[in-house]
Amino acid sequence: MLRYTVHRILLMIPTLLGVAVLIFFLLRIMPGDIVELKLLGEGASVTPDVLAAERARLGLDKTLIWQFVDWMGGLFTGDLGVSMWTERPVAHEIGIRLELSLQVAIMATILATAIALPLGTLAALFRDTWIDHTIRVFAIAGLAVPSFWLGMVLILGLLLVFNWIPPLTFTPLYEDPWANLSQLIWPAIAVGYRYSAVATRMTRSSLLEVLKEDYIRTARAKGVYERLVVARHAMRNALLPVITVIGLEFAFLIGGLVVTEQVFNLNGIGKLFVQAVAHGDYTLVQALVMLVASFFIIINFVVDMLYAWLDPRIRYG
Amino acid sequence: MPVSAQVAPPLLEVDGLHVHFVTSRGVVRAVEDISYKVGAGEVVAIVGESGCGKSVSALAVMRLVAQPAGRIVGGRILFEGRDLLTVSEDAMREVRGRDISMIFQEPMTSLNPVLPIGLQIMEPLVIHLGMDEKAARARAEELMGLVGIPDGTRRLDQYPHQFSGGMRQRVMIAIGLACNPKLIIADEPTTALDVTIQAQILHLMKDLSQRLGIAMVIITHNLGIVARYADRVNVMYAARMVEQGTAAEVFREPKHPYTIGLLRSVPRLDRPRGQMLETIEGLPPNLLDPPEGCRFHPRCALAIDACRADVPPLVAAAPDHLSACIRTSEVGRLARPAEAIRAEAATRASDASPGPLLEVRGLAKHFAAGRAAGSWRSDHAEIRAVQDVSFTVAAGETLGLVGESGCGKTTVGRVILRLEDATKGQILFEGADVTNARSGDLKALRRRVQVIFQDPYSSLNPRMTIGQILSEPLTVYGLARSRTAAGERVAEILTQVGLFPYMAQRYPHELSGGQRQRVGIARALAMQPRFIVCDEPVSALDVSIQAQIINLLEELQRSLGLAYLFIAHDLAVVRHISKRVAVMYLGRVMEMAGRDELYANPRHPYTQALLEAVPVPDPVAEGRRAHKVLAGEVPSPLNPPSGCVFRTRCPKATEDCKVVVPELREVDAGHHAACIHL
Repeated sequence: MLRYTVHRILLMIPTLLGVAVLIFFLLRIMPGDIVELKLLGEGASVTPDVLAAERARLGLDKTLIWQFVDWMGGLFTGDLGVSMWTERPVAHEIGIRLELSLQVAIMATILATAIALPLGTLAALFRDTWIDHTIRVFAIAGLAVPSFWLGMVLILGLLLVFNWIPPLTFTPLYEDPWANLSQLIWPAIAVGYRYSAVATRMTRSSLLEVLKEDYIRTARAKGVYERLVVARHAMRNALLPVITVIGLEFAFLIGGLVVTEQVFNLNGIGKLFVQAVAHGDYTLVQALVMLVASFFIIINFVVDMLYAWLDPRIRYG
Repeated sequence: MPVSAQVAPPLLEVDGLHVHFVTSRGVVRAVEDISYKVGAGEVVAIVGESGCGKSVSALAVMRLVAQPAGRIVGGRILFEGRDLLTVSEDAMREVRGRDISMIFQEPMTSLNPVLPIGLQIMEPLVIHLGMDEKAARARAEELMGLVGIPDGTRRLDQYPHQFSGGMRQRVMIAIGLACNPKLIIADEPTTALDVTIQAQILHLMKDLSQRLGIAMVIITHNLGIVARYADRVNVMYAARMVEQGTAAEVFREPKHPYTIGLLRSVPRLDRPRGQMLETIEGLPPNLLDPPEGCRFHPRCALAIDACRADVPPLVAAAPDHLSACIRTSEVGRLARPAEAIRAEAATRASDASPGPLLEVRGLAKHFAAGRAAGSWRSDHAEIRAVQDVSFTVAAGETLGLVGESGCGKTTVGRVILRLEDATKGQILFEGADVTNARSGDLKALRRRVQVIFQDPYSSLNPRMTIGQILSEPLTVYGLARSRTAAGERVAEILTQVGLFPYMAQRYPHELSGGQRQRVGIARALAMQPRFIVCDEPVSALDVSIQAQIINLLEELQRSLGLAYLFIAHDLAVVRHISKRVAVMYLGRVMEMAGRDELYANPRHPYTQALLEAVPVPDPVAEGRRAHKVLAGEVPSPLNPPSGCVFRTRCPKATEDCKVVVPELREVDAGHHAACIHL
């Protein structure tokens, strides 16, 4: 088990390296030049010398390889560099937004899991009854309704019914939990609904699949209580694919809530991503991609660890 | 009525049971009007081919018929006088595992992979007997000993994947025995196991049932198992009971034409080998739309018009022997073994060719051991699947390659087919070395050497029609110039294997297992090969279908002069079809001889043990045999024993066997064995 864990951790390094190489060179292929955007943006005319000087200042005059080496050197020493657009450290730009994005992602995940596991289980156990049909309607609606639209409906509903709208500025959880939650619970619901729909469907189909297994029949033939058949014999096996879905969705939420963040006026990672790409802000985009990639990789690692914990065949493989 | 039945009511009485499955295509009447009795301590067998309803009728006793499609629609199941079909679900749950236990076919999938073995054994003890953790664990340890799992205390904390198939089935038996039930229902308990392990498990079950006075219902398709272990037999066909009686009676003088046909279509080790197997023609009926009257009449040689009219009732054919056939009194006179077939004794195509068609010299195949998930350097461990195997196959001849799973027989076939590369040794085909043949040579080889696979279900592409499957090789190898030519050739080979040309339009799932295997044979024949590797071609098929396929293979061999390498684990089938036989164990050939010589006079202790382990379908003969059960399991090919690989299980093993690797040498004329004690 220890070997397995160490092996998985070591494997993360080449994966991240691959991501770094890919994003660095892909960005350079993309059209758009931050220097021109910055200096020519307001319709001003600038001499080529000024442009060249600015390029040199940002380190864009060096060969690609040297730029890459510089960046990698920074990465290994923990220096993500300075945003080419705002001139502020990248770590700072990301830091102030990550707190918010991470909180929304965690809240949405908790919400989705809390809805999906019981509903999915009920749907499987009462397959093809009105319970299953009702849950199916709930889940399919969740898949069909875009999160941002649900977000708008939520805001409108709050406005019309309670004549209240959530706060528009972010307060950290530790400063004022009430203000914080009353702002962030709504995007978490908007995103969590769709998320729970995916997980509900997965829980249902996975549990139905497991309930058909021979060992479930064995458990019943032993005279095990039906509740225990589900809780002890079926659930652990059925959870494996559900965990994968939950993990991947979580990683996606970190950087993927572009439109929902707009709707709730949230200053999150998604919004920052869009701005950085629009500005051609190489350092910031690279850092963001590395961040999201790291999240995916770490979540995958956590999922693998959970698998190993749930499934002895992996633990003792 | 036997005396015992008057004294006490039977332990279990199934009376007029009907089970239906509601499917989208209609109602499948899976079990119709089944009645049988099981006395206390008795071993009762239910025999039949797949789909005849034998498993469903057993699951119905436990009220575990798959929901929601399956419904028990009629009848009574009296257990100790109480009708289990009328008790509450909770009362039924208390019967399960406590009074009646069940052992299932697939030990690989019947245990929960994520729970430790100990918990799975202790569960019924805690639930039914209210034992606490400590008492349950003590009893679980005791049970592990009872079912012969060494080191049981430690192994209770292990998980199913850490046990071999045979050991898992022992765990299943331990679970079944946990609460000292009165009845154990075993559904094909040994079908997934090797012969020697099968003998161990059945022996254990019989012994335990005698010692503990537990009645058993064994559901099986294997008539040999019935003969060896059962007191009474119930034969089912197409959802109905066709014959019932004591095992001795039924095997001595079967009364129903189906039972007679079944007994005649199995190749047998205890009888001289006939020229051709007798078969039951045709297929079992579709239970969505079964034939009127007697279900068996479309396949029955003795059928008369009256058979189509009414369902024949089970009537006494002899004391304590029932048969559901309206011609029961005449059957004995009418159903003579078809002498015509036996007399046909067509000379086999044994044309004395100058050299062997295929020659294998010192063949070895090692696989790098699969790296454990998460380990990152390879441990350089090797699985020695095949070691130092040599044999020849002459044109038009069949060499049987027999052994238990993991002995390397399939790997030998795959290396000859060049699906795997040999690690060492040489393969000569028609005198040319093809061990490392590439591209053009390999393509030429593929035309001459073909294969028939075991599983007719997964070896045909489900998205291609039979016609496409069969014409693909014709186009690839340019054997058919046009589509019409290919179509004609496909029709021709389909006819050759006993199918109909119109089946070219069908998809594999529209055919039965036997028909699919015929397609598999047709696919091999399309290339007009001289040599076919048959890898367990009949082991997935029912007895009556198996006989048809074996006969087809023999016919094709005669008419086309084909040579076969016939790989199988069934010793009787191998004997029937082969001219010479090689016995493999753990990657090595243990013994090789002419078929009659090998079976009449086995010299190697392993061959002797194998033949000993196979039950023959004759209770009298079985009663006379001393059942020496080969102990232990096949060691891992990752770490095979030093010296003779069989020494760890060999009754004759001595210190020398640890040192010397015995060579395969001639012990009699044409009889080779690898044992230093010969």
